[in-house]
Amino acid sequence: MTEIKMAPAAKVLDQDWRNIFRWGAICAITLVFISLVGMPAKLDLRLIINPTLSLGYVSLFWIPVMFGFVASTHIALEGMEVSRPGMRDVLTGLFTGLTGSFGLVLLILGMNNFDITDPLVNWGPPLLDLLTTGRGIGTGILGWMAASAFLGMAGASLHVLTPLLRRIVSSAILGMISIAILEDAIDDLSEGFRLEWLVDLIYAKRGGLTNKSAIIVAIVMAAVSVLAQGKVKKAKANFFALEGPARKKWSVVLFAGTAAVVIILPMFAGGYVNSLLANVGIFLLLALGLNIVVGLAGILDLGYVAFFAVGGYSTAVLTSPQSPWFAPEIGFVPALLVSVVLAGIAGLAIGAPVIRMRGDYLAIVTLGFGEIIRLLFMSDFLKPYFGGAQGIVNVPGVELGFLTISGTDPKGVFYLVLAFSALAIYISWRLQASRLGRSWMAIREDEQVAEAMGINTVNSKLMAFVVGAVLASFAGSIMVARVGSVFPNSFMILVSIIILVVVIVGGMGSIPGVIVGSFVLIGVLGGPRQPGLLQEFGQLKLLIYGALLVFMMLKRPEGLVPSARRSQELHQDEFLQDAWFKGDDEADGSDEQTASAEGEGASV
Amino acid sequence: MSTETDTSASPSSSDKGQALLEFRKVNTHYGAVHILKDVDLEIYPGELVCLLGGNASGKTTTLKALLGMVKPTSGEVVLNGEVVNNQPISYRVSNGVTMVPENRRLFKRLSVLENLMLGAYLRNDKAGIKEDLEYIYDLFPRVKERLTQKSGTLSGGEQQMVAIGRALMSRPKVLLMDEPSMGLAPALVQQNFELIEKINNEGMAIFMVEQNANMALSIADRGWVLQTGMVVLNDSAEALLANPEMRAAYLGEA
Repeated sequence: MTEIKMAPAAKVLDQDWRNIFRWGAICAITLVFISLVGMPAKLDLRLIINPTLSLGYVSLFWIPVMFGFVASTHIALEGMEVSRPGMRDVLTGLFTGLTGSFGLVLLILGMNNFDITDPLVNWGPPLLDLLTTGRGIGTGILGWMAASAFLGMAGASLHVLTPLLRRIVSSAILGMISIAILEDAIDDLSEGFRLEWLVDLIYAKRGGLTNKSAIIVAIVMAAVSVLAQGKVKKAKANFFALEGPARKKWSVVLFAGTAAVVIILPMFAGGYVNSLLANVGIFLLLALGLNIVVGLAGILDLGYVAFFAVGGYSTAVLTSPQSPWFAPEIGFVPALLVSVVLAGIAGLAIGAPVIRMRGDYLAIVTLGFGEIIRLLFMSDFLKPYFGGAQGIVNVPGVELGFLTISGTDPKGVFYLVLAFSALAIYISWRLQASRLGRSWMAIREDEQVAEAMGINTVNSKLMAFVVGAVLASFAGSIMVARVGSVFPNSFMILVSIIILVVVIVGGMGSIPGVIVGSFVLIGVLGGPRQPGLLQEFGQLKLLIYGALLVFMMLKRPEGLVPSARRSQELHQDEFLQDAWFKGDDEADGSDEQTASAEGEGASV
Repeated sequence: MSTETDTSASPSSSDKGQALLEFRKVNTHYGAVHILKDVDLEIYPGELVCLLGGNASGKTTTLKALLGMVKPTSGEVVLNGEVVNNQPISYRVSNGVTMVPENRRLFKRLSVLENLMLGAYLRNDKAGIKEDLEYIYDLFPRVKERLTQKSGTLSGGEQQMVAIGRALMSRPKVLLMDEPSMGLAPALVQQNFELIEKINNEGMAIFMVEQNANMALSIADRGWVLQTGMVVLNDSAEALLANPEMRAAYLGEA
């Protein structure tokens, strides 16, 4: 950090206008795009703070904040002096936000004067009303200019705040929004824990936090985060510093703790949380399977849904009394075993022809196979066996002798999914460290050299397909038993894509990454047909999936929770920068007094 | 096409005993294109031999056929007196043939140790693997310092060490090296050849494909020259170095 201090006025107005207008323009385009896509209108129904703030406005507000932050970021380069964040940066944010607001200003004026609802369905009075909050054009325009400039400034101020303040502000806001989004889940859980009174206190009757509770929640979240500051990191470091029996002991304790929570929690949860978690679990199974194929063996399989379908259909045919073909109905457990074998065979059958292809060709061919399987199940030709487009209904639940699990029993479904997820995680984990796992990694890195090392690449790749297929068939069987029916259209290509996004966003080749990815994407946004916590998104979730995928590929290709290997490889050239940030983090604790003295800019 | 001939009919043409690895009238094709034409080669234990030739003369194909990545359309590949035309790569690797690929081609995202262990992929004898690791640490102290580092982050010279180490981990009898000096700085090329000589001096047979004919012949015992898939010269290294035809064509002298 330099000690150079220029005259404030000259420095403050010495802006990089080009940069401001560039980010401002992108901000404006994003605002208009999000508005016209219909996100604010759709999400307006979901209240964060009742009646002050809806998720619709949040979907617009974060944009100037982000671009304000981005526009005022200085990239720290080794050997170059970086000016300390200050007033100038805050103004950069303000101007960026202001520039961005002109997007909405033009949109408001446009909607007021022209009618092009024909191509743009969301163009029109409802959106206009929403944007102007029903207070007229003038208020709307001035309001957005002020709001956007303020939010841009707020985003930029994040640079100026001391680390402690930044932590307080961000955890208060994010914590409050998370609590509001989690409303349904918390509501559901509270009944089990007899805490309805708390829920009634926090949440307004018709959804969302009340004004008062929002403030309280924000304060509590900030306080928790300040108190917990560094402790988690420290505990983690302590844990990894342990060696030998002590570490083993703590591992067992941690594992037992996690297991206990996961096993006990559903008992207190109602149908909502359990079915949400069951969805997450089914996609976790699928993602773990695809993770082996794509993440470990490096085979880009875009038709993965085929194995999901094979598992689902074989279970349905074997167990449903209404299945048109297979007469003697058998129980779920033997049916599952047969499904697994069939899926394995399907893995071999699809794998064998495509295994010799590479890269793009392989992706395209697997994409084709995925669709072929679905169309086969749908075809009239095979209708006597699989029921065609009408599918197979009346699939009974899982009979385990002592209890029957069906869709009407979300708790049972959850435990079933949990058992299989645990099994799948164990399998993935063991495989990763095995000889086969090593051969997959070698093939992913360089197939020819792997071959030269004596690895039978064809067999190894086929094994990846088979293991992936088996995990997918678990998911298929469970889903069918849960829903009680199976239709070809449950196995659209979209399912393959979403599983792939879960794996990529979570972190390819990383088991914790895949788990986190399933929770974040399927739990919050929802699966292709399954609603998540933010069910108001509806089809818009696909937009988010796409945006998230692009963002992750550009900025964090190793995923949310990368395997240690991937992250190093992809950020080689950022290594020095990382060292910088690390140094900053370490300084956080000790330099608090001096840092807060420097942070006056924040108040402006 | 394999003709499972009587394996006892070992070549007794030389006084050096049985050849470790040999080609008997090997032909290969890529599609319809004829690459190697009736190539005869033999590598004896402990030898350092090199294969020279211009671009597209079939040098790399020779290596691939020796290792089993390319199947001969006729002729025999013989390992320890046994015809191995139909044996997979894994069989040849576990019986003492290993390749150091062109440009090193490490598994870049894997650590140095993982690379080395993949070299021992076909082995199950833990004690022996450990022993060989120690041997490699002795040979390349630098490698030991970088065991946990991703191999893609190493310098060119270090990568070469890991590539050779990885090949040695299969405990080979003969090391096939594809252009070991390619992509290395001049100073490293010299060092690299010294290294090859050193490994050879410890008893390892080395079969080297090289463009740098001068350098390769200076350390080799024998050499072949390939031209459009045919062996045009086959002599001792000294004789090849002195051969005027050879000097004109490959050593850059008029």
